[in-house]
Amino acid sequence: MIKELKSPMRIVLDNCGKINPESIREYIAQGGYKAIGKVLREMKPEEVVSEIKASGLQGRGGAAFPTGLKWEFTAKAEDTPKYIICNADEGEPGTFKDRAILEGDPHKIIEGVIIAGYSVGAHYGYIYIRGEYLFSINLFRKAIKQAEERGFLGENILGSGFDFQIEIHQGAGSYVCGEETALMDSLEGKRGNPRFKPPFPPSSGLWEKPTVINNVETLANIAPIILKGADWFRNFGTKKCPGTKVYAISGHIKEVGVVEAPLGITLREIITEYAQGMREGKFKMAQVGGTAGAILGEDMLDVPLDYTSLKEKGLVLGSGAILAMDETTCCVDMLKCFLNFFERESCGKCIPCRIGTEKLLELTTAISRGEGKEDDINLMLLTAEVMQKTSLCALGQSPILPISTILKYFREEFIEHIKGRCPTGVCKI
Amino acid sequence: MKLKNREKDVIALLSKAQRENKHNYITEEKLKIIAQEAGLSYSEVYGVATFYSLFSLKPRGEYVIRVCDSGPCHLMGSRSIFEVLEEELKIKVGETTPDGEFTLEETSCLGICDEAPAMMINEKVYSNLTPQKIKGILRKLGDKK
Ligand SMILES: Cc1cc2nc3c(=O)[nH]c(=O)nc-3n(C[C@H](O)[C@H](O)[C@H](O)COP(=O)(O)O)c2cc1C
Ligand code: SF4
Ligand code: FES
Repeated sequence: MIKELKSPMRIVLDNCGKINPESIREYIAQGGYKAIGKVLREMKPEEVVSEIKASGLQGRGGAAFPTGLKWEFTAKAEDTPKYIICNADEGEPGTFKDRAILEGDPHKIIEGVIIAGYSVGAHYGYIYIRGEYLFSINLFRKAIKQAEERGFLGENILGSGFDFQIEIHQGAGSYVCGEETALMDSLEGKRGNPRFKPPFPPSSGLWEKPTVINNVETLANIAPIILKGADWFRNFGTKKCPGTKVYAISGHIKEVGVVEAPLGITLREIITEYAQGMREGKFKMAQVGGTAGAILGEDMLDVPLDYTSLKEKGLVLGSGAILAMDETTCCVDMLKCFLNFFERESCGKCIPCRIGTEKLLELTTAISRGEGKEDDINLMLLTAEVMQKTSLCALGQSPILPISTILKYFREEFIEHIKGRCPTGVCKI
Repeated sequence: MKLKNREKDVIALLSKAQRENKHNYITEEKLKIIAQEAGLSYSEVYGVATFYSLFSLKPRGEYVIRVCDSGPCHLMGSRSIFEVLEEELKIKVGETTPDGEFTLEETSCLGICDEAPAMMINEKVYSNLTPQKIKGILRKLGDKK
């Protein structure tokens, strides 16, 4: 069970820790599956799409694409059959917020998938869960059976004439499979290499058919929006980024866990109020958005953590993972760790990323051993920039962000290493 | 109503083959059989099997220890976990003990960063690791034999 810090606001995590996730009865007692009833009895598919569009809900998987718009594209696509995919591949380091939802409230996700299916005209859904989340996989197998027994899944759902079926797919260990088109290839039983886009999934996705792919947290927002309305949803968060976000915070803080808060909360608030502050050491930096995210220094503690505010500063919210680091942390050692991740997870399909991730790791490794040259810093930036411009998917496009931001704050520390000294004593030079 | 195209899910077939093998790997013969079952060429199935980090085409230990070294775990001391494991098992990352009992692997984030540092041994999660804890875990696994 993941620890939930005292959330100021609960839409997504509302049932987590409150109900027994293995009991459909308890979910129903909290108003569960009411939204599917409402949708099937009272709403036309177009009306559901309009409501989600009006809510301003943006994808919570990282890219923040407007969910209603994605559904509309898929609804309007002519080809059939159509598919819904729930992306539960959660692999971004520091991110465990989807697991909190998967383990705490599986039926809410299932309900979201069914509603998505109804609104775009799909009859099949897949939940792609990473292979390591065995607990969630078993929980979902049970939950789907329960939903079938109660007539929320299967043929002629609640007597409406609408059919919908869900299947679980178990991942086999690959970060890049979280990328939507790679995930689709993986679901088709192939190597999980990202595809060239366009075409985009709403017109050509799984088996080249129109497909909606949404993150776990995105789908967990659907039933509440249907029941309480788009206007209600817009009461929370910011004007451009309505609703809440489930942030996952880890590192050198007193309380590690997930916290659901209105979008726009600041890093300072999350660290001091919800994570109860730093452990012993003083705050040095935080990485926001996972390993593909930027390093934020003290001057960024009061930036609102929503998609728009961060984008204006050239930063990203990504998955909403926050890694807080204190002054005992060595920048070079951490950057080496981040680049090791990219090198390991690069799928090798395109050259800039396949070679670039390797070169970046070599360069930081040399610097961490005191064997770097001053020029290496610029070489790193240049390499990552070329990768950003020429890589096929966001994996290869990402390293520039952690590299450029960590250098913005701590270039001196890199130069010290090159001169032969690790100021924190972490690197063995 | 059955979802189409999925009866011959290669990834599920590979997972099953590996699970059924005492040494946690997929044999060449198995790959050939799976290729036939799925109606694919050997090279296609080989391509899939080598893409995913959970699959191995080489024999591994009965216990596969996968230690996370991504950001949060690294920050919370995963390097010292690797050190004790290497010392206790007398192998390096990527190797298997001569008695065929343990394989040590490095993995990317397992999604257990709330209890970093973390690792998995086969399908079981071990978290909030310390060097002392590791010794206890290894002893217990050894005793079971
Ligand atoms: C390398 C890479 C890994 C990704 N991993 C995930 C993931 O684990 N979960 C997820 O929901 N989205 C992930 N994404 C984003 C997906 O491609 C996609 O944008 C998302 O599933 C769409 O859902 P949303 O609109 O609801 O956010 C990843 C993207 C990239 C480039
Ligand atoms: S950028 Fe990297 S991960 Fe993405 S397709 Fe290219 S090689 Fe694969
Ligand atoms: S970083 Fe180790 S489990 Fe996530």
